Amino acid sequence: MLIKLIPEIGHFALIIALLMAAVQAVMPLAGAATRRPLWMAYGQPMAVGQFVFIAIAYACLTASYMLDDFSVANVANNSNSLLPWYYKFSAVWGNHEGSVLLWSFMLAGWGFAASLFTGNLPRDMVARVMGVMGMVCVGFLLFILMTSNPFERLLPGMPQDGADLNPLLQDFGLVVHPPMLYMGYVGFSVVFAFAIAALMGGRLDAAWTRWARPWTNLAWAFLTVGIALGSWWAYYELGWGGWWFWDPVENASLLPWLTGTALVHSLAVTEKRGSFKSWTVLLAISTFSLSLMGTFLVRSGVLTSVHAFANDPARGFFILMLLAITVTLSLLVFALRAPRVSHKVGFNWLSRDALLLVNNIFLVIMTVTVLLGTVYPLILDSLGLGKISVGPPYFNALFVPLTVLMCIFMGLGSVTRWKSMAARDLIRKLWLAGVAALVIGILMPLLYRGEWNLFVSLGIVSALWIVLPMVRDVFDKTRHASSFLAGVRKLSLAYWGMVLGHVGVAVTIVGVTVVSNYNIERNVRMSPGTTVEVAGYQFTMTELTERRGANFLADTSILQVQRGDSGRSFTMRPEKRLYLATGMPMTQVALRPGLFRDLYVAMGENLGDGSWAMRVQYKPFVRWLWLGALLMAFGGVLAVLDKRYRRTAATREAPKVASQGGSTQNSTQNGAREATA
Amino acid sequence: MTPKRKQKLFIILGLVSLAAIAVGLTLYALRANINLFFSPVQIAQGDAPMERQIRAGGMVKEGSVSRDPESLDVEFVVTDYVDDLEVYYSGILPDLFREGQGVVVVGELQADGRLYADKVLARHDENYMPPEVAQALEEAGYSPADYQAKAAEVGKRLDEEGVPQASEY
Repeated sequence: MLIKLIPEIGHFALIIALLMAAVQAVMPLAGAATRRPLWMAYGQPMAVGQFVFIAIAYACLTASYMLDDFSVANVANNSNSLLPWYYKFSAVWGNHEGSVLLWSFMLAGWGFAASLFTGNLPRDMVARVMGVMGMVCVGFLLFILMTSNPFERLLPGMPQDGADLNPLLQDFGLVVHPPMLYMGYVGFSVVFAFAIAALMGGRLDAAWTRWARPWTNLAWAFLTVGIALGSWWAYYELGWGGWWFWDPVENASLLPWLTGTALVHSLAVTEKRGSFKSWTVLLAISTFSLSLMGTFLVRSGVLTSVHAFANDPARGFFILMLLAITVTLSLLVFALRAPRVSHKVGFNWLSRDALLLVNNIFLVIMTVTVLLGTVYPLILDSLGLGKISVGPPYFNALFVPLTVLMCIFMGLGSVTRWKSMAARDLIRKLWLAGVAALVIGILMPLLYRGEWNLFVSLGIVSALWIVLPMVRDVFDKTRHASSFLAGVRKLSLAYWGMVLGHVGVAVTIVGVTVVSNYNIERNVRMSPGTTVEVAGYQFTMTELTERRGANFLADTSILQVQRGDSGRSFTMRPEKRLYLATGMPMTQVALRPGLFRDLYVAMGENLGDGSWAMRVQYKPFVRWLWLGALLMAFGGVLAVLDKRYRRTAATREAPKVASQGGSTQNSTQNGAREATA
Repeated sequence: MTPKRKQKLFIILGLVSLAAIAVGLTLYALRANINLFFSPVQIAQGDAPMERQIRAGGMVKEGSVSRDPESLDVEFVVTDYVDDLEVYYSGILPDLFREGQGVVVVGELQADGRLYADKVLARHDENYMPPEVAQALEEAGYSPADYQAKAAEVGKRLDEEGVPQASEY
């Protein structure tokens, strides 16, 4: 009996969560405004309760999927009894309703975590943070309950079996990519809440940034991994070997990443030096707003994409309103409060402060160009001015030069001191790295391919220019220690986080440059016995067979691949699958991954007469793309684990000291450690 | 002017000039890289520019797909049931490319009236119709129900004939 009621239990749990969120949105803020501790104390228990009830709702939906309850419309449309259990589990978020539920679940999860770890914040600050989080939650729970109820029943007349999950989504990528991405999107709600709370309380000092920084770094790390996983998934799943298409949906995730990256850096300046306060707040607001906009673009069906599940104008309108309200309200708070709290801190042009400002400007320009290319067609369309699309050449033409320019400042910024640094010192530190980067970068394409290539040289010079000065910096900083290892151990985790993050950018740049310029793709007609040579590898089709999988039929081709005449030979088995429940064909790529090259074979079309159109590709350094992203994310996590954040958690006094003394105390503490050289 | 003011002035001047450069570059890049969408009717009327990258879309006309037996060259006709557009493409068609279904092609119109496509895009799943195509068909006087019925009919016929994919023609 109870099992039959699972969807209703989930529905009720969502309603209870909404009520709790409403209380959380109102009481603590009212309490902070009227200085009533009892009202302020509502925030944390409500955040916990809300998390518990959304978790129950989420578990109920998952249970409905696992138990094949096809009377639930959502399950009937997106699952099938033949689907393996792990895809049933992930099919929950392979559709509009479920993915919004996951979004809200994670939002409540971040709210829950924030309520646990902010025990040492001033009470009114906690209350305001909780209140803002509550408001965001109310918005999303209302959205679910009013437009996208995942528990809607198909009674009477439930189908015998489900319509199946889109075969493109029946993949490990679906299991990991959306949760990671959502964790990132939603995680920025915490820094957003902190920023708004700080504005409201007029306490826009270095202290709030110290509390917000770990949360921001963590959210940013999740978003980085989420985007990388999406790119990796597209690479092997869509069957044509691209890894970034400048598709509006990809751009939607890149936009908050760009402003999020700017935010991570500007938070560092605000914490250490107390400057850029208003700017940091503005970045926090825009990052979260862009996350919301990403959700709007993806979920409203205005875009043509694999991510656009359904075309329901009511949903798009609701999220658009949510976005408009969030942006308007937060900018209003900003406009009313920001001037009152800003104060000036001077800095020299040759200082980390200034270089980080330049980095921020570049990131914002990149954001604007990507945003323009993404929404321009939508705006023209909604005004009835014709249907256009903006192609990858636009994005490449702007993004690539901007990245190269930014790399120049990245190389400088990571080794420059706060406040000011003599040009002579900087040159002494950097000239060797600069010369080495130029020489190696210019020679590399000649050595690698025997032919000079401007773009490859630019990419490699940029990457080396980021890495080499930091290598030198690490040696400088450890020079006075008893041994290199002892010196390395003395450097803070935050420093290593910065180093790894920047190395990650360099690694990604190398990957992008090499695979874009040296990728070899051949589309050929093959039948058993045909041999094709690509980049020194001989691909021989030996056999064409058929096989039956759990819920699909597949044409499989078996290829023997050999390098030159001598190398070991191995087998690759690409497939063309036909999924039975939907009748949808799918390309299953055969991959031979490697650190320095991937071999990529996909079956295109059956051309009749026993031959197939095959796509054979040699993709050098493609793994570096995602490896770099993982390094960046790892760097972000290392920075979160830094000692000083644990220390603030341990001692109740620290925040007070920081909030009175502004930046100086914080910066001396860390500046001392970083300037051991 | 105090040094602080001076610094502020420089920041603002720098921002403004950078923004101007960025906007200029962006508009230039946008102008060079916009692909307009045209339906076969519009192309037949001569509305579409020649030898410039455009997008076109409609339904793949039944029985129009012909593959060259030696290479990967393929020709097919895209129709909005009013006018037809011949498309030439060399390469691998997407998985969900089928006769009687919606498709978007990206390429250049040549003097012979054919569109030489660099890219052929089909839908991502069974129930989905590219919005541009849906609108173009509506303008040609077909309601969404019409083409869905039509697509279902073609799909059914293909199933009965035991032909799972258009590529086997």
